[in-house]
Amino acid sequence: MKKRDIILIASILVVAIAFFLIVELTKEEGAGVVVKVDGVEVAEYSLSKSGTYPLNGGTNILVIEDGRAYLSDANCPDKLCVHQGKISRTGEVITCLPNKLTVTVFGAEESVDLIS
Amino acid sequence: MKTKKVAFLGMCIALSMILSFVESQIPPLMAVPGVKVGLPNIVMVFMLYKIGAKETAIVSILRVILVGILFGTPLSMIYSLVGAALSLIGMILLKKTNLFAPITVSVAGGILHNIGQIATACLVMETAQIAYYLPVLLISGTIAGILIGLTAAMILKRLDKMKL
Repeated sequence: MKKRDIILIASILVVAIAFFLIVELTKEEGAGVVVKVDGVEVAEYSLSKSGTYPLNGGTNILVIEDGRAYLSDANCPDKLCVHQGKISRTGEVITCLPNKLTVTVFGAEESVDLIS
Repeated sequence: MKTKKVAFLGMCIALSMILSFVESQIPPLMAVPGVKVGLPNIVMVFMLYKIGAKETAIVSILRVILVGILFGTPLSMIYSLVGAALSLIGMILLKKTNLFAPITVSVAGGILHNIGQIATACLVMETAQIAYYLPVLLISGTIAGILIGLTAAMILKRLDKMKL
């Protein structure tokens, strides 16, 4: 391993960490979540109202409580989407690759656009 | 192609398939899809330095197809194919420059694999939002690439005198 290896690896890490910080620091509290299946919007829920909603014909169960959304169950074997935890800030997303399903938090300004 | 080489390449495919399987049995380290060590890449980095680019490409693509048929779904095979192809192209090009050590080649392979999979996920799910995972995957890919690169370098050192 030479000096240029270290320089290249370090610069990749610096770019990745900078990218990570920018994403983390620009997040705001979200207003609601939008559910997409196969790229098509299927539902929208406000984060201020608690509830349990079966998604995609019951393949994934979405729970909203205390202003945060999470998936409580899924029919896939690895349940990665359940382990992704609770989301509440804009841009945060829970992904279920096997069911092609995403749950994304949107902010207050964006929801106005979606309604109008 | 000499019989010995055919046998050796077969062994490389078998070994990388076993490593794929072993890795699929490890519980996910983080809840982000795509975060993994990439154990089969040990074989790819080793082959790239010991045997050649063409053979590495064949073994890698065959591994993805075989593992996809055995343990995966058509969808998971597509993710793996794009990741593996991008990672291979990057590693072959970087190695050709002769400027970098195996560990750097392996890091490039690791992050390109993740970039390929995220890009495929964005296309399949038709949502650009998944790119949200990219920063985490770049960091995890770099760390995984360093570990894999160190391992491959150790194996290369020990098998230095091996002839095919």
